[in-house]
Amino acid sequence: MQVTSSVREPLVTGGKTVHDVTEDICRQVEGRPTKSWMLGMAISLATLGIGTYAVFMLLWDGIGVWGLNKTVGWAWDITNFVWWVGIGHAGTLISAILLLFRQKWRMSINRAAEAMTIFAVICAACFPGLHMGRLWLGFYWALPLPNTWGSLWVNFNSPLLWDVFAISTYFTVSLVFWYIGLIPDFASIRDRATNKISKAVYGALSFGWDGAAKTWARYESVALILAGLATPLVLSVHTIVSFDFATSVIPGWHTTIFPPYFVAGAIFSGFAMVLTLMLVTRKVFKLEDYITINHIELMNIVIIITGSIVGVAYITEFFIAWYSGVEAEFYAFYNRATGPYWWAYWTMMTCNVISPQLFWVKKIRTNIAATFILSIIVNIGMWFERFVIIVTSLHRDYLPSSWAMFYPTFYDVGVYLFTFGLFFTAFLLFAKFFPVINMAEVKSIIKSSSLKSNK
Amino acid sequence: MESNKHFVLGIYDDEDVLLSAVTKVRESGVKIHEVYSPFPVHGLDEALGYKRTRLPIAAFLFGLLGTTLALTMQIWMLGYDWPMIIGGKDYVALPAFIPVTFELTVLLSALGMVGTFMVISDLKPYKKPRLMDIRITDDKHVMAIDLAKNALAKEKIREIVGGTGATEVNDKNFEE
Repeated sequence: MQVTSSVREPLVTGGKTVHDVTEDICRQVEGRPTKSWMLGMAISLATLGIGTYAVFMLLWDGIGVWGLNKTVGWAWDITNFVWWVGIGHAGTLISAILLLFRQKWRMSINRAAEAMTIFAVICAACFPGLHMGRLWLGFYWALPLPNTWGSLWVNFNSPLLWDVFAISTYFTVSLVFWYIGLIPDFASIRDRATNKISKAVYGALSFGWDGAAKTWARYESVALILAGLATPLVLSVHTIVSFDFATSVIPGWHTTIFPPYFVAGAIFSGFAMVLTLMLVTRKVFKLEDYITINHIELMNIVIIITGSIVGVAYITEFFIAWYSGVEAEFYAFYNRATGPYWWAYWTMMTCNVISPQLFWVKKIRTNIAATFILSIIVNIGMWFERFVIIVTSLHRDYLPSSWAMFYPTFYDVGVYLFTFGLFFTAFLLFAKFFPVINMAEVKSIIKSSSLKSNK
Repeated sequence: MESNKHFVLGIYDDEDVLLSAVTKVRESGVKIHEVYSPFPVHGLDEALGYKRTRLPIAAFLFGLLGTTLALTMQIWMLGYDWPMIIGGKDYVALPAFIPVTFELTVLLSALGMVGTFMVISDLKPYKKPRLMDIRITDDKHVMAIDLAKNALAKEKIREIVGGTGATEVNDKNFEE
């Protein structure tokens, strides 16, 4: 027996039936691309084009074309890396942790959020790859492969190597999780396909799925265990990313607060990016009945919580730097807030600590325009957070004679643009050719959570 | 090999009707070949009398394999094959090996389990599914009864299935 709550808001509105779900989601896949999709694709490809030029020149000339100098040896590259990895945390959080908590509202957003995760992780992986300069030798430097130096192995004591394993495992497991969920939906598209090419392509993608109860039982078991595996995984990834800094001896990096603070920040920025993308997708694909104001409000609540954790972490960090009595440590923080990069610090504080607090007001967190603007502000803030942590801790080196500033060049910006182009091109292709909402999962809650059954 | 398969199909609109129908049909002594659904129906595997899947055990064993491989690899490479002191730590600095061990455990566990799932459920890209009804992947639940596996006459089975709330009762033949 299904129990219908009279208190909870319905998750699917508009009195949708199970058949309506198939119709509404498959329509996007089967129809011709819309004008707005074409426009989006054109902009993304143009960005990708400019970015590809920057990447090509970077590989041709070497990373000297970046604005790095002797003092600031890490800047936009690792800022962008951490930023993209952070964004890539929401998808698996939504599909894994919310599955373990039995949060059914995840069902209409998890597909797109997971896709976003996968693309964001690909974008993130570009930066350490390109920073190696000679990408084609990267495999020898990053993986434990036998080599001609007497088999000199990689250093398993290094957090940078842990990152290689963490990011590649995270990518693989997220991809598998996403694909398992896609199989039944590909079968739905396959069985509706009218032309030969769609039949063949979606037929191959759906792996011969026939909806047998036995397979469904196994499928559910697989999804649950993958969620159980992905939950510590998603927490481990940003923890390990934070180790890149926390295990070093640079003042401002060498703090034990980093792992939980980075994880909260990652979820914060990830949810913001999910909102940015979903608000547009929802509008363009007319999915208002599946991604309701209720969904948006719940995501905004996650943003308040994680944003507040991040805020508390900033303040704690500052307090501990003073309380520890270590002058170098305190100077690093004092310099962040009042030194030459004060504007970056205060941008970060405003965007990440103050702006999400606006979501305490119900009118703001249920307003689509306000949510959209704030979701972008949060991601700007999170980019500045990484920039502040990385550049301000480095630019005042141990000797005042080596103090320096960092100025980005065209190639710093260009490589960042490359990842934007890549991300949006991939996301638009996904939105057009893949079902953007997990049909099978949404169908399973139609009876208990649709508006119609509440009547 | 030439073989003909004859099925009686009960088509259902509602998952709760389907669940009670499965119980009723089984109580009347008819063997159900399989039930096909557009989405996972909770309790259906118990109603059909399926045993719990042992995939969790597979996941655990693959995870164990991952842990073992990761530790062996790191200890052998940095402890025996080319020992080096890094950061004043021991050759075998176990705490530093934990992150990679954890990641490989998760990786092998996930890939191993999903691989097992694909193999035992016979999911592969080039497979042509034997669909009982094209609407299964849309909004219909289908109960399939294999006539060769049941002693009862076709008409009798149709009558039993029809009495359980099925919206349609169809015949389906496969010639393979």
